[in-house]
Amino acid sequence: MTAAMTKITHHLTDALLMAYSAGTLPEAFNLTIATHLSLCDECRARLGAFDSVGGALLEGCDTVAMADDSLEATLARITGATPAAAPRRKRVEGLPAPLADYIGGSLDAVKWRPVGMGVKQAILRTSRDATARLLYIPAGAAVPDHGHRGTELTLVLRGAFRDETDRFGPGDIEVADESLHHTPVADIGADCICLAATDAPLRFRGLIPRIAQPFLRI
Amino acid sequence: MTAQHKTDTRDWVAHIERIRDQEDRRAFAELFAHFAPRIKGFLIRSGTDMALAEECTQDVMATLWQKSHLFDPTRASVATWIFTIARNRKIDLLRKQRRPEPEDLPWGPEAEPDQEEALGLQQECARLGRAIAELPEKQRELIERAYFGDLSHSEIAEETGLPLGTIKSRIRLALDRLRHAMK
Repeated sequence: MTAAMTKITHHLTDALLMAYSAGTLPEAFNLTIATHLSLCDECRARLGAFDSVGGALLEGCDTVAMADDSLEATLARITGATPAAAPRRKRVEGLPAPLADYIGGSLDAVKWRPVGMGVKQAILRTSRDATARLLYIPAGAAVPDHGHRGTELTLVLRGAFRDETDRFGPGDIEVADESLHHTPVADIGADCICLAATDAPLRFRGLIPRIAQPFLRI
Repeated sequence: MTAQHKTDTRDWVAHIERIRDQEDRRAFAELFAHFAPRIKGFLIRSGTDMALAEECTQDVMATLWQKSHLFDPTRASVATWIFTIARNRKIDLLRKQRRPEPEDLPWGPEAEPDQEEALGLQQECARLGRAIAELPEKQRELIERAYFGDLSHSEIAEETGLPLGTIKSRIRLALDRLRHAMK
């Protein structure tokens, strides 16, 4: 996936990498982070360090005695079992594997639903504690001005967008918290497709989107 | 974690290789004796009840046997590898969620891991373990809470600047090596 990618300039924060390593994030965040990691060698290497911290904590953890027959029970599970093959993932051209697992095909297979102003979305099935969605922003179009109650991760898959903070190209991830009120606008050259995760509903400023919000699950 | 945290100097990598190559049950029993009570302790600290922690630990150890051919000592220490298996199993069992994992890197065909590189990484991880053990109590506790899952995401965002900034330089060596291994 790394071939022909433009250089990634917006990365994951230490706090997110640590929480991903610890396994304490909602599924929608894990999906978005795993997708970025598939594109970004730098963050993958940083994750390796956080996993090593987890290993060190496990090594130093206070022990709790196993049941008396535990080893025998475990050996019994192993006996006769064949070695697990490395899970073979279906490869989808141009799409990182973790995301392809959730879409079940290429981006062409996505069933988009309009959310207004030419912007379309598709919500992916994850646990309910957070929401993962694909966003389709036509070239030059804007996602309505919104803020967040919680954290929003936005990963660019195709095209690019710009908001009050910076420009985000393929592979870049924007980490937005409550303090950011932004209006992402897609680059004029090409339609922009993003993967976004939110742990609380977005907060739109305008009246119309706010009314539409419960229906659209934005 | 106790203050006199000792890093085990036994060569766990060789144990995994004996399981992989010879289905060596003695090597497995030794790994089990060392790691299973730690996995169980880790899971209980993470809020798992006794029965589920026992079950989950057996699962993790069985997975270790079945996946021994996938372990790469240039990418992770044995403790780190076991940690990732236990973490994923915990998410599976406790939260009934899938754990999206990054795409596999395109490795060369069955490349035999470089011995020196593997040894170096194992030593770095041991050093990292000592560095964590030597952190001031409060900072270490914060990291432990983050990994045991009793620190919320926003708390981590607020608080980890401190301990991470402190251990960052200590992690750097391991990080460089890991980065090198990922190239």
